[in-house]
Formats: sequence, structure tokens, C-alpha cells
Amino acid sequence: MRDRALIFAGLVFFLGLVTFPVWYNAASGARAAAPEIKLPPGGTCVAPTDYMKTSHMSLLVQWRDAAVRENNRRYTAFDGKEYTISLTGTCLKQCHTNKAEFCDRCHDYSGVRTPYCWECHVDPATVAQTRAARAAGANSSEVVHE
Amino acid sequence: MNRKEFLRLGCFSMAALAGRRVAAQAAARRWAMVIDARKCLKEKGCDRCIQACHRVHNVPDFPNRAHEIKWIWKEPFQEAFVSERGPYVNEVFRDQPFLVFCNHCDNPPCVRVCPTRATWKREDGIVMMDWHRCIGCRYCMAACPYGSRSFNWLDPRPHIARIDPDYPTRTKGVVEKCTFCEERLARGQAPACVEACEEKALVFGDLEDPGSAVRELLRTNFAIRRKAELGTAPEIYYIV
Amino acid sequence: MFMFEKAVVGSRRYWAWIFCLFAVIGLGVIAYLRQFDQGLGITGLSRDVTWGLYIAQFTFLVGVAASAVMVVLPYYLHDWKVFSKITILGEFLAIAAVTMCMLYIFVDMGQPTRVLNVMLHPTPGSMMFWDFVSLTGYLLLNAVIALVTLSAERKAVAPPGWIKPIIIISIPWAISIHTVTAFLYNGLPGRSFWLTAILAPRFLASAFSAGPALLILLCMIIRRLTRFDPGSEPIRKLSLIVTYAMIVNVFFILMEVFTVFYSRIPEHMEHFRYLFVGLHGRASLVPWMWASVLLALVSLAILLVPRLRRHDAFLAAACVTVFLSLWIDKGLGLIVGGFVPSPLGAVTEYTPTLPEIAISLAIWAVGFLMITIFYKITLSVRESLA
Repeated sequence: MRDRALIFAGLVFFLGLVTFPVWYNAASGARAAAPEIKLPPGGTCVAPTDYMKTSHMSLLVQWRDAAVRENNRRYTAFDGKEYTISLTGTCLKQCHTNKAEFCDRCHDYSGVRTPYCWECHVDPATVAQTRAARAAGANSSEVVHE
Repeated sequence: MNRKEFLRLGCFSMAALAGRRVAAQAAARRWAMVIDARKCLKEKGCDRCIQACHRVHNVPDFPNRAHEIKWIWKEPFQEAFVSERGPYVNEVFRDQPFLVFCNHCDNPPCVRVCPTRATWKREDGIVMMDWHRCIGCRYCMAACPYGSRSFNWLDPRPHIARIDPDYPTRTKGVVEKCTFCEERLARGQAPACVEACEEKALVFGDLEDPGSAVRELLRTNFAIRRKAELGTAPEIYYIV
Repeated sequence: MFMFEKAVVGSRRYWAWIFCLFAVIGLGVIAYLRQFDQGLGITGLSRDVTWGLYIAQFTFLVGVAASAVMVVLPYYLHDWKVFSKITILGEFLAIAAVTMCMLYIFVDMGQPTRVLNVMLHPTPGSMMFWDFVSLTGYLLLNAVIALVTLSAERKAVAPPGWIKPIIIISIPWAISIHTVTAFLYNGLPGRSFWLTAILAPRFLASAFSAGPALLILLCMIIRRLTRFDPGSEPIRKLSLIVTYAMIVNVFFILMEVFTVFYSRIPEHMEHFRYLFVGLHGRASLVPWMWASVLLALVSLAILLVPRLRRHDAFLAAACVTVFLSLWIDKGLGLIVGGFVPSPLGAVTEYTPTLPEIAISLAIWAVGFLMITIFYKITLSVRESLA
């Protein structure tokens, strides 16, 4: 093999490139910080915390089918409390009022893109923010459009 | 088994079956709307019902008419009732706009053709939409004989004047239409258009309830429906 | 097993053609990415005309796909040996056409990522569900048939016995794909232009003229470009099929015209009026429809004269005019005509936009690419045996 040196050099270079993130982070002492999430204020959740951590998407799908396809909007939680099935009306308005500081932090950190939920369902905080920004930027006599 | 026992068993079975059917019908509802065209539009240019519906449901307003989305709107009489075209139509009606929207037919062609059951007929009569399942094939739009359905050709959010957070918007690529305010009905409220009408021209109710306002109106007035001859059995009645 | 290695050796002219096809496909992919991002609003479709160029191409191409039965049926059911060399060409044409159909449906969808909902939530009452099933089945049938028969030919043996029943099944299946496609339209009570029992027979008649016409043209091109000569007999028989099918198709259209204009129901007449003379001042499709009529007459003038039909140049012209005439009639005429006027009497015109045309051309290019590759493989196999 006349080109042995070249081949091995190339291999080493390639391996180095491919493992760059690993050894660079190790060398620079960077630590992966867990996302700082702002827990919702007090009260109980619609399901046990462990279940919510692993399976809130299953619950949401169950809620979706119950509300939309079966016209059943009442949900009885594990502790007997009754909730109205509504992503914005219950999940966001009653508990996770700050989607950006709770939901988004973990989702962005773990790179788990929410499915198309937010293309339709409305986050009241975002809407209010947009409205306030527009009102501040617009003339007082102008009509604000979103 | 002798003949007496057989007859007795037969009678009881028949009674039980009949009773079950009566019970089922008593539990069933059939939502419908009666529009009193004589009261509607007493005030010229009134569109309170349209504003209410489109506001409450985040219906976008597209400037390009080709992309427009409308759940409820006004059509001239001769377009809403195509078979009544002619040169000698009652002058009052000839150009009077009539309110049109999804008829929530009892025999809906749109439901028949949907390949994913993203639109289906509920037991209470509402032709419902599931925007999670719709694939945007627009077959239901081709099937609807009334042009009641709209499609989101583009992202609707930039064209919604004021997003009401209590109701979702839709996204591009799905078909939408009036759902008889099923989310309001679930809360015990009347549809938005009915509530907004100051003349009380829109009357909403349960056709299965003989004492309901809609039944009363239909009993005492002559009412027409759009394209009833197609067999779609529309449940929007117009008192003319 | 797929013998693709035969498709990657070719002359300079072959590679130039492949390159051109890829260029067209590339442009279409870019246009589709834009459509996927922004929505179908970048097409010329509207609230009143909700189906346009994409579904028109789909409808036309289902016919071309079904037309393979016109060579398969005589050969396999009635031992017409004359078609022995071209049945496989018909089957490959069917595969390419069905693939194009599926691509056209995919690009027409508002939420294409949800397309599997049709399989996850089967709805037997919907004709679109059955269309999905029948097209997929037809694609699989033809793929298996073409692969097995070509492999057998390459090994110079007879194909295995079990392929015969599969080929026989593909014959009624071919009829069914186009019937189901017609059912998409002619069961809708609100669309009076389509609500006619003769729609399915019309579809089949136009399919059996456009498809074999394209097959004749492909055979002529192959004869020009390669050493393969299917012979004049198969082409003559195919031209007879095109002739009779075109006569039946024109007859069916005249039947429609009579029914509509003798009964004089306004709602039924208005669609024809819009297409052929314009309605409420809107007449963008009128020149197209009359072109289609003219092309049909020219094609029949050639096809009905045996001396002209047997002359290659005239036959080629007739096939081109048949194909174009039916492409206009079944594509734009049928689909857009059904939506204009709307159920409320509104006249909304439809003009495809540039991205829409780019995507449509790209899908045609995909079909031609498939035909090129399949035919290249087939002819290489035959040349190596000769």
C-alpha cells in the first residue's frame, strides 16, 4: 500500500471531525445545564406528575379525541376533580400560564418539536404580548390589527 | 311452546323494541335553525351575525377574494335559491341578501365523500369538522351543493384582525365551515350568530322537541330550504 | 434483480435527455418546497374552483394507466400474438402513469403529511378511499407483472405459471381504476356537469384512445432511436383501437350535448356555455375547448381513412392530436367546467400559476424518466438476447 500514510491521515482527520462535539465539550469543561423551568403556581395537576412527565402527549391526544370526536368535554382526574377539556382554556389558562417559561424551555432543550398543535391552538400569553407591542408601537388613534 | 305463549312472547318483544326506539328518539336531538327573512335585514346592511361568528371563531379576512374564508355570509335571493330564478320574483326579495351558511344536512354529501372522516354527522345533527384529521383534499368542497365550505389556501393567522384565544385558529391546508357553534352549545350557550341578532331573526333549536321554538315556527309558517330536491335534507329553514 | 445497471449505460443523447428531465424535476421540487411552505395559495385555485391542473392531470393519467389493458387483454385473453412484443411496454407505461397520478394527488393535498390518514381511518363510503386502494393495487400488480415477465424474457424462458392469474386480474382492475375515478365525480349531487351516468364510459373511451395513442408514439420513437422494431402489425392494430375508441368518445360527448341542450335545464347548460361560448363575459377556456374539438376532428379525419392511418407520418400526427385533444377535454375542460359556474351561480376563472405549472411539468418529467429507464432496460435486455 503506497498510500498508507495518506489513507491513515485521512481516517484520523475524519474521525476527529466526526467526534468533534464530544472532545471539544469535554476539553472546554462545558456542562449541559438542565433547563430552568418555571413551575405553575400551586394547585394540583390533572394527572400525577410522573405520568405527566412521560405521557402528557397521550393525555392530550385522549383529550383531543374526547372533545372533538365524542363531544365529551368533561374530564375526571385521578383525584376526582373535574376539568373542562381545553388546551388553551384549561392547560394554559388555569395552570401553565407561561408557555414560554415552562413548556418551551424543556421542549427547546430536548429538541422535541411539538407537533402542529400551536399552528392552530392559541397561547394567550403570546397573543397578549403581540397586542401590547402593537398598541405601544401604533398611534393611539389607529386601529390595531394583529 | 303453545300458541298462547308464542303470542305473548311476540307481543312483549314487539313492545320492547318499540319502546327502545321511542327511548332512543327521545334522547336524540336534531339541531336546526329557522331564519325569519322578514325580520332579517330590517336594518339595511346589518351584518352583526357575520361579525360575531367570524370574530368568535377567528375566521381570517383575506383581501384576495379567491382565498376568502367565510362561515356565514349574505347572498342575493336568486343565488341562494337558484331554482327560484326568474324575471317576476317578488321585488322585495329580488335583490335582498339572504343569510347562507352550512345547512347541516341530514343526508350530507360532504360527509359521504370525506376519505378520513374528518367531517362527520354527529348524533345531534351537527355536521362536524376535525381539523386535526383533515388532509386538505377538498373533496368535501366539491361535494357540497351549497358552496358552504372554505379552504385555508394560506396561513390564516396574519389575516385575523383580533385573535380570540378562547377558540383555536386553523392552519393552512384544511377545510373549514360553520359548526353550529358546537363549542358554545357544549357550554349551554346559543350560537354566536343567534345571540348577535337584535331582530331575533335567527332561531335555533331542537327539531326533536315538539315544544321548541323552531318547531313552533315551522308549524305556523311556510318555510323553504335551499336545493331540497337534491335529497340532502338541509336543516336551515327560511321563512319568506 | 431490477436490472438497473442497464439504465446507466447509454449514448450521449440518452444522457442529455436524462439530464434535461432532472433539470425539469429540480425546478418542480423547488416550486413544491415553496408550495409546502406557503400553502396551496400560490396556485391559481380559489374558493370556487378548488381542483385544477393537478387533479386534471391525475384524471387524465389514470386513463393512460388503464389503457395498458388494451394490449394486455387481446394478448393474454385472446392469444393475439401480434402484441407479444409490446405488452410489457404497455405495462411499464401503466406503472409510470400510476406513479404520476399518485404524485399529482400528493402535491394537491393541503396537509400532505397527513395523507396516511386515508389508510389509518378507512372510510369505505368515500370514493377517494377506493381510489387510493385501487391505484395502489394496480401499481403493485403491474410492477410484479412487468418484473416477472421481463426477468423471464431475459433468461429466455417462459414466465412462471402463477403470473397468469395475476395478469388476468389486472384486466378488470384496470377498468376499475378508471371507473372509481369517474365515481369521484359523478356521485356528487351538487355538480350538475359531472352528475351523468355516462361519465365512467366516457372516461374509459377517452382512456382507450389516449393511452394507445401514446403507446404508438412511444413505439415510433423507440423505432427511431434504437434497433428495436415492434413491427408494423402491432402499431396497425393499436391504431384501430385508437380509432374506434375515439369514435365512441366523440359519440358519448355528443350524447351529453344532446341531453343537456334538449332538456334545457339552465344549471346543466351553463357549464357547457361557459366552456364553449363563455358565461357572464368570462371565456378563458373557450379557445382551449374549440382547439380540443378541432384536434379531435383532425384526428378522426386521418384515422378514418385507412390509407392515411397506415402512413406513419399521418398516424403520428393523428396520435398527437388525439392525445392533445383528450388532454384538454378530460383535464381542463372536465375539471374546471365542473366548478364553473359555482353552486351559487358565480363564475370564477382559473388560470394555473407558474409554480403550479412547474410542479406539473416536473411530475410529467418523473413519468418520462420512469418510461425512459424502463424502456432502456427492456430494450437492452432484448438487444442482448438478439
